[in-house]
Amino acid sequence: MREELIISGRMNPMVDPTLNIWHWQIPLYLFLGGVAAGILFFASLYYIMGREKKYPAAIKWAPMLTPFLLILGLGALFLDLNHKAFFWQLYLTIRLESPMSWGAWTLLIITPVSIIWSATWLKELKPEWHWKYPILDQWEAYFKKHRFVIAWIMLLSAVVLGVYTGILLSAFNARPLWNTSILGPLFFASSLSTGAAVIMLMAKSHLERNIFSRIDLMMIGIELFLIVHMFMGFQASTQVQIDAANMFLGGQYTEVFWIFVVFIGLVIPAFLEVLELLGFKIPIVITSTLVLTGGLFLRFIIVYAGQASRYLY
Amino acid sequence: MRFAMAIDTKKCVGCSDCVVACQTENNVPIGYCRDWVVEVNDGTYPQLEMEIRSERCNHCTNSPCVRCCPTGASHYDYGGTVLVTAHKCIGCGACIASCPYDARYTHPKGYVDKCTFCVHRVKDGLPPACVAVCPTKCLYFGDTDDPRSELSQVLKKRKFKRLIPEAGTNPNLYFLI
Amino acid sequence: MNRRNFIRISTLGAGGAMFGSIGFGNGKEPSLLDRLTGNVHPGESGYLRTPTYCEICFWKCAGWVYKNEQGEIWKIIGNENDPHCNGRLCPRGTGGVGMYYDQDRLKTPLIRTGAKGKQEFRRASWDEALDFVAKKLDFIGKKYGPETVALITHGSGGKLLTTLMKAYGSDSIAGPSYAQCKGPREVAFGLTFGTGLESPEPTDIRDTRCLVLIGSHLGENMHNSQVQEMADAIDRGAAIITVDPRFSTVASKSKFWLPIKPSTDIALLLAWMNVIINNGWYDKDYVEKYTTGFDKLKEYVQPFTPEWAYGITTLDPNMIRDTAKEMANASPAVIIHPGRHVTWYGDDTQRSRAIAILNALLGSWGRRGGFYLPELKEIPEYPHPPFPPVNKSWRDILGGQYPFAELPLANAIVDGSIPGNLKDFQYRGWIVNGSNLNMTMPDTRKTLEAIQQLELLVVIDTMPMEITGWADVILPECTYLERYDVLRNDHNREPVIALRMPATEPKYDTKPDWWIAKELATKMGLGKYFAWKTFEEFLDYKLKRMDSSLEEMKKIGVKKYERSSGDLYFSAENPPVFDTPSEKIELYSGQLEQAGFDPMPRYTPHEEPPEGFYRLIYGRTQSHTFSRTSNNPNLSAIMSENKVWVNPKVAANWQLKEGQEVWLKNQDGSTTDFPAKVRITERIRWDSVYIVHGFGHTGSLLTRAFGRGVSDSALITKVLLDPVMGGTGMRGNFVTFITENPGKEVKA
Repeated sequence: MREELIISGRMNPMVDPTLNIWHWQIPLYLFLGGVAAGILFFASLYYIMGREKKYPAAIKWAPMLTPFLLILGLGALFLDLNHKAFFWQLYLTIRLESPMSWGAWTLLIITPVSIIWSATWLKELKPEWHWKYPILDQWEAYFKKHRFVIAWIMLLSAVVLGVYTGILLSAFNARPLWNTSILGPLFFASSLSTGAAVIMLMAKSHLERNIFSRIDLMMIGIELFLIVHMFMGFQASTQVQIDAANMFLGGQYTEVFWIFVVFIGLVIPAFLEVLELLGFKIPIVITSTLVLTGGLFLRFIIVYAGQASRYLY
Repeated sequence: MRFAMAIDTKKCVGCSDCVVACQTENNVPIGYCRDWVVEVNDGTYPQLEMEIRSERCNHCTNSPCVRCCPTGASHYDYGGTVLVTAHKCIGCGACIASCPYDARYTHPKGYVDKCTFCVHRVKDGLPPACVAVCPTKCLYFGDTDDPRSELSQVLKKRKFKRLIPEAGTNPNLYFLI
Repeated sequence: MNRRNFIRISTLGAGGAMFGSIGFGNGKEPSLLDRLTGNVHPGESGYLRTPTYCEICFWKCAGWVYKNEQGEIWKIIGNENDPHCNGRLCPRGTGGVGMYYDQDRLKTPLIRTGAKGKQEFRRASWDEALDFVAKKLDFIGKKYGPETVALITHGSGGKLLTTLMKAYGSDSIAGPSYAQCKGPREVAFGLTFGTGLESPEPTDIRDTRCLVLIGSHLGENMHNSQVQEMADAIDRGAAIITVDPRFSTVASKSKFWLPIKPSTDIALLLAWMNVIINNGWYDKDYVEKYTTGFDKLKEYVQPFTPEWAYGITTLDPNMIRDTAKEMANASPAVIIHPGRHVTWYGDDTQRSRAIAILNALLGSWGRRGGFYLPELKEIPEYPHPPFPPVNKSWRDILGGQYPFAELPLANAIVDGSIPGNLKDFQYRGWIVNGSNLNMTMPDTRKTLEAIQQLELLVVIDTMPMEITGWADVILPECTYLERYDVLRNDHNREPVIALRMPATEPKYDTKPDWWIAKELATKMGLGKYFAWKTFEEFLDYKLKRMDSSLEEMKKIGVKKYERSSGDLYFSAENPPVFDTPSEKIELYSGQLEQAGFDPMPRYTPHEEPPEGFYRLIYGRTQSHTFSRTSNNPNLSAIMSENKVWVNPKVAANWQLKEGQEVWLKNQDGSTTDFPAKVRITERIRWDSVYIVHGFGHTGSLLTRAFGRGVSDSALITKVLLDPVMGGTGMRGNFVTFITENPGKEVKA
């Protein structure tokens, strides 16, 4: 029998007996950031492609939510900090090697950009809206004129944000479960899928709903593909990664992952979307909610399970 | 200059004096620790083997914690030690998650804390507190860049292993086996 | 006060320390931000330090207490000149600060208001409490005689209380360190070599080539300098032979580990003698010159072949031969270690005799790498009038039992306090100092039965240990960091003394023992035995007569003297002297024979565990001393509870899981108060279980220790008394597992 134990009573809070440094705040932040990135990605992409008229929900309506999502996400991130009074240290330096650093900077860019973007559409959506100060009108005019530039900035930063939520985790080679480059694409696909789900919810035209339903279906396909590949990759890797994969293949996270993420969050909504495309009437609220739930669970499970996967002891 | 430590698993009796000495020297709050002792037993009675390791931060040459720190609070310092500047630390926990050795913890005051190789003592010409106290003298601290140092000599003479070298961190704790 | 609060307070203190220390240390001025986060380090230079010697265990290593600028105790570092520690304290000594900071400490004198065993006390002033004790002692002395009061003490504080007892008229002054610990080996070595081993044992591990440990888990018991020398021996490639049913830490570092069947050690020792004698591997010259009875021994050990021993010990006969050869090859630089806690099976003096004889055969006594010849410094007495004669000495009270006991037996005092156990005698009062008898003595129930009979129980301690719950008066002593004590004076390679002085004022309303003893004496009209005004004067008087002074000792802490008794080992100029009747090493003991005991050690089979029961083996851990440190915040952070070690085969039989909580029940139906977690490990034999001694505190005022783990004392209801000297053999108890809560009520 092999026995490996720490005999000196090590009990560092949030580290022992298993790592538990990140609680609900981080997965929630990753989820909200992901949804916002998905929405802003589609908004800027389709704006650049000139589909302003065709996809109003994607380009004008849904982005209205993103400042709130991002601020909520940032709030969660802030709550997670243990040395809060010093949070400003984030913005005294840019550390390219640190995903956390470029996440912080990306958020610093994308949050105001999302506010500006939303503001430039406000009058169009709410004709009675008036800015309190004339200077804001001047700014609005200025930003409206440069929407194209803003859209490009938004597109790039949305991609960065969407990928970053995955890379934040995959950069940690200490946690075998996280240490896979598939996590970046997977989280990005999930963020596009959940973003599309929000747009679907807000879309008024059948055409827009239909196209985002197709996009979502495609993203779900990609996600399933990535998940399968992730596990194949783990199984073909070192013992610690096999152990990590086994947490989902018979281990403690098996049920919750396959039921909530794969089945409820991916397979069922995909099925519903196929039915919808085949002409059945499916309430869009159900599909979207399932997709969003799946996205949320994915973040929670990966964050928690990743902390339980380790090299030693 | 490259500070490192060697731990003689053949001599260590696992008394945890290193842990207590670190605690008092560095005012580590009760319930937390910067170093710890691991016991590994293998075999079937009476064919048994035991390894005892006094462990702490590996002060890795390629430290994931320094890499992932968003503010530069975790940094390389004197002699390659990996230190945390408390007033730069925001307590995001990234470095804690990034450490394959689980060598870091959040100090009750909020910042992340860990073994410093007692650099405050080393600068005064004293060995780290754990090394100074070890009753079995199983801890060796020194400069691996200096071939004449006791540490370099021990590493030349003895077989050793490092923990999880496959994590790519290039750790600087050497376990003599 | 809970642990969290302690953390808060101690970190506050620490924070203050770091603020105060700015400017020291590495010479770099800390920035404002560093100050804000308190991330500033003090250095060692520039700090006030005061000498002390450790009171956490009997090794009494000398060290320095460092304080920060606020005068708060910061850390304790070993004194480099002290041969007990060589500048390196063990974890307990390093964690000694926790004893000072422990919020659960006794804070004020207390006088009982409720029933015995209940923590119902009222606060009292020192004057009132000591008056109470003085009057009661006076009453007992007049009614029953002062000899009916016993002092049970462990530690340095007891020295002045001893003076008080002698002045009062009693010599029943016992420490559990004798009959519950090292007594048998002292007697056995005394009978063999004419001198006991004392502490620290004069084992020359530093220069040994072969160290044999029999049931001694050196390294888990942190006998500091011995552990240090053992580590050096490992470095030098010395062979270690460990005999232990448990794969002890040192077993893992040994060239040979002999996983012996418990209770059969004497058979192994006899087989070793057989092999060594019959192969002529013994030191012929040494045996010829210095021993008597070799021929009788040779004849006696003939039947005890390794094959004979195999049937008893389960040890491979070739392994017995190989280890014997290993020892012989190293001879005389070989140590068959006498061990320290040797009260196991009731024939412990005989087993220790076998160890002594084996050492004699290999010629290791008085030889380099074997046993050195220690030397002790004479410390002059502070003048006092002669003590009054004792009406009935402890030996008279024993009435001829245990003829070879050299010191009073704590267990005999317990027995003698229960009416009917002794003819015409009963102890009426106890003064207990630094000794938690509820957990120190085997069979807790018996100890409590004795306490119920007492007319006075005074407990002097720093912590609200279980025994304080039974006291009539509790006198809170300050910790060793806050007081002077008598000079430490233990024998060693060179005579050496050490000073303990207060690093700080006593916390709370606590006092040093010397003060308690002197005040009590004054109240009892015995002040003339404490003629000094201050303790500084008492110490200085002695030191001035030893080429030193208190002033010098405050600066150096430890003073070594030149040897005056010649070489460290036997030599032509330093011929051996054996203080035995034959003036030789007695392989065959006429003294034992005369008293009706076996003149040469005999193997007797001991009871074996019944079906479903396992032999209870207990031992030490490096981070705790007995039961007295379990509440120390620094040390309970290292180990807060004991686990019960179970072999995987046994665990499978019982379907026990790692970490599962079980209660232990012994052969007499005595059950532990609390459950212990199961540790499934190959390190223990399948016929035994193992726990570390000192846990399972029932005293609810010990907030960190209460209810953590199990106490072996409650499971040791069967005591195997050593007829030679009265030691209490405690390894003859068997336990089984209870997986459901037996619903035992715990009386705090």
